[in-house]
Amino acid sequence: MKLTELTIAAARDGLAAGEFTSVELTAANLSAMENTRDLNAFVCETAEKAQDMAAASDVRRARGADLGAMEGIPIAVKDLFCTEGVRATACSHILDGFTPPYESTVTTNLWDAGAVMLGKTNMDEFAMGSSNMSSYDGPVTNPWRAGDDGAKLVPGGSSGGSAAAVAARMAMGATGTDTGGSIRQPGAFCGVVGMKPTYGRCSRWGVIAFASSLDQAGPLTRTVQDAAIMLGAMAGHDPKDSTSVNESVPDFEAALTGDIKGLRVGVPKEYVVDGMPGEIGELWRRGVDWLKDAGAQIVDISLPHTKYALPAYYIIAPAEASSNLARYDGVRYGLRVEGDSLQDMYANTRSEGFGAEVKRRLMIGAYVLSAGYYDAYYLKAQKVRARIAQDFHDAWETVDVVLTPTAPSAAFAQGEKMDDPIAMYLNDVFTVPASLAGLPAISVPAGLSSDGLPLGLQIIGRPFDEETMFRVAGVMEREAAFTAHPMTGEA
Amino acid sequence: MSKLLKGRTGDWEIVIGLEIHAQSITKAKLFSGASTAFGAEPNTQVSLVDAAMPGMLPVLNEESVRQAVRSGLALNSKINLHSVFARKNYFYPDLPQGYQISQFESPIVGEGELEIDLADGEVVTVGIERLHLEQDAGKSLHDQHPTKTYIDLNRSGITLMEIVSKPDMRSSEEAVEYATKVRSILRYIDTCDGNMQEGSLRCDANVSVRRPGEALGTRCEIKNLNSFRYLRQAIDHEAVRQVEILEDGGKIAQETRLYDTAKGETRSMRSKEEAHDYRYFPDPDLLPIDLSEEFVARMKATLPELPDARKERFVTAYALSPYDASVLVSERDTADYFETVAAGRDSKLAANWVISDLFGRLNKLTIPVSASPVSAEALGELIDLISDQTISGRIAKDVFSEMFESGEGAKAIVEKKGLRQVTDEGAIRGQVQSVIDDNPDKVADYRGGNDKLVGWFMGQVMKASQGKANPGMVNKLLREMLSA
Repeated sequence: MKLTELTIAAARDGLAAGEFTSVELTAANLSAMENTRDLNAFVCETAEKAQDMAAASDVRRARGADLGAMEGIPIAVKDLFCTEGVRATACSHILDGFTPPYESTVTTNLWDAGAVMLGKTNMDEFAMGSSNMSSYDGPVTNPWRAGDDGAKLVPGGSSGGSAAAVAARMAMGATGTDTGGSIRQPGAFCGVVGMKPTYGRCSRWGVIAFASSLDQAGPLTRTVQDAAIMLGAMAGHDPKDSTSVNESVPDFEAALTGDIKGLRVGVPKEYVVDGMPGEIGELWRRGVDWLKDAGAQIVDISLPHTKYALPAYYIIAPAEASSNLARYDGVRYGLRVEGDSLQDMYANTRSEGFGAEVKRRLMIGAYVLSAGYYDAYYLKAQKVRARIAQDFHDAWETVDVVLTPTAPSAAFAQGEKMDDPIAMYLNDVFTVPASLAGLPAISVPAGLSSDGLPLGLQIIGRPFDEETMFRVAGVMEREAAFTAHPMTGEA
Repeated sequence: MSKLLKGRTGDWEIVIGLEIHAQSITKAKLFSGASTAFGAEPNTQVSLVDAAMPGMLPVLNEESVRQAVRSGLALNSKINLHSVFARKNYFYPDLPQGYQISQFESPIVGEGELEIDLADGEVVTVGIERLHLEQDAGKSLHDQHPTKTYIDLNRSGITLMEIVSKPDMRSSEEAVEYATKVRSILRYIDTCDGNMQEGSLRCDANVSVRRPGEALGTRCEIKNLNSFRYLRQAIDHEAVRQVEILEDGGKIAQETRLYDTAKGETRSMRSKEEAHDYRYFPDPDLLPIDLSEEFVARMKATLPELPDARKERFVTAYALSPYDASVLVSERDTADYFETVAAGRDSKLAANWVISDLFGRLNKLTIPVSASPVSAEALGELIDLISDQTISGRIAKDVFSEMFESGEGAKAIVEKKGLRQVTDEGAIRGQVQSVIDDNPDKVADYRGGNDKLVGWFMGQVMKASQGKANPGMVNKLLREMLSA
């Protein structure tokens, strides 16, 4: 088997058994990156750094030093993470050339766990998007195609580069960030596992902010077990992030017992949208059957405020973004476009520096916070958010996890939905509720569409109960037996 | 005393509310570990958070919370156990985040009130609306380059306590007394050094005028007054400006104004139309502050005796007038100085010496009482010499001058210069007799009914004794011998 086909867990075993070194594993991934540059998944390759980190890992292993959970495993990092000495631009023109002198807590944790950095991955500008089309570094091509002569497809977004890199076997895992579905939806579109932990589980320190009350880092991997391993290395309380929660990090991998007998799985009746392809519903029903066959108890539930989640999200997230992105003003770092006055400099810099989607959200955000509109929009949206959280809270009385589709469609063609923001925003309709409620959720590849494109199912868990969520996801993965491969066409 | 402003068409009442921005005494900034020391090289005390680098997050400095709670308690105000940080959004180069983290709907301190003493003895109560925590901005330096503005972020992120009064003041005197009192209290409890030159304490004044008894007029806000003198001048000027407009049939435009210290007038900075929409919303990077009653009680226990309590004690224990007492307690150092001087002595005499003589001298030279060349013990020694009649009060003034200049002790000066008071009745009688003998016509005048001449005789005898004769004895002997 090619080294790049290995899961993190298998690579861990191979490294431990001395079958190959981290340098070899890393070299295999670097060469895969070279061969698939046309996908534009990476915006920055750090081959030299990767080789150095891999060599250092091999030395640690040879010395018999304490080894981390990700020891010698090469991974990709979304460009939203600040990485010391390596560009971090959120794929925005306005952060042109920005190279932070500091390292985010999550990536620091990963390097401390022995992981090796391959490079920075493409993404929607400032994580705003569901297609990766808003990146200043250009679109990412999904390694999956609908048939041999199908159009180039989007990988989903915003963590599109990370999902594509993992799906195309360029990286064994990748960090993503999820604000309204930015890990789970690209995970589903690219046929990989995408996991968003409970809000507060991973530190946001050093992650370029989009919407502070929603942003969470999480892993994109090829298996549920890999996601459990990688999240374990990313998570942890961080005093530098006031919203990071002081909870111990459990052994997520140990939670994958394969046994879900007696667990109660909620199936919410509201997770249906107009025009949703029938095969999404069919896959969902199959998912229900798999879990039922594995011994889970299926409970029909109602999350009555679900339909208000998307509009509330598209008020709260832009509101926070409009403030979070105010710091990109051309004064201290990144792009500056001069002007005759201070106001001109601001206007020129921000007009040129931000793309259309970011500008749209900044304007929406400024609008919903402005005098006279705050109560009608922002405050109302916060009330909706509280109702949605309450819906889930009530559901936990009768169920342990909730099962839904991840997205209302499979990957679509590049360029599609670009002139219709509402259609684009609908991608997030199933992922946004868990984001608003701060809940852990995971997308597991569960089947193929009639076009041969991957589809995902989502499992949402209780706050800080990633373990149960992972356990159910592991069983789902086993039952779905998703083995389709985007590069070889093998199914 | 009428506080009304006389216009051409009648009387006007001035209505003033103050916002005081007090830099909190904390080693680190409100949301970062960077130092707050004043006077460092530009941009040397700036953390990644203060410079608003991408991905940086604020972490609340608990010391800032303690200082705000202590300040709220000392200002007789309600502590809100639950408070929330909010973002105030606006663009300016010295505001790196593009927003100031402040408190909006839920400040850490709520309503309270302060009593202020005016010079004429009137006591005025001024309501406090709130005290909230917020970040200071950096500094824009416009004078370093002909066309560019430089930014110094050392101040960016330092803890400010904004103390907002109700519109309860009716004259610039009241406003200055209120601000002085707030400053005094904060200095007592060490939550703000009150140094206005360094910008540790700044005032914004909201000023409006109205006919007595009528509804509030349209107000103008005068920003960034960095001395009490400017505060007074700005209010006085602004009130007259508004009255002139109204008496000419005009309307006051609600706006923000700046006080031009060179010209002594306020001028428009931005109109209501140009006012920012700050788009406040709760800061999602920070959790609300939730305090326990027990924490508040612990903070209360850290407070020293405050100016009001000390003033009460000075009035009862030292029999001082409320005004004298309030002058003495306004600074902790001054009150301590006075208490040392007054210990075991005539407290009124001590108060007079401290307020009139010592303060007079110190204020002229703008020396703080802590740096006085005459220590409290030394002034006490001088007062002892008066009390035991070693020297007269008049001679004591000269001795005090000498002490102030040379730093020598009172006894040493009196001995060296032979200033000891003459209380020997025989000697004084002799001097009185010679003055009487030398001025027969004045004596005749006096005896003819011109009682006022006794003062003139008094002066002659004192002059003859080089001021050393005991004035009481001279007076007594003069009256006795002139009448003989």
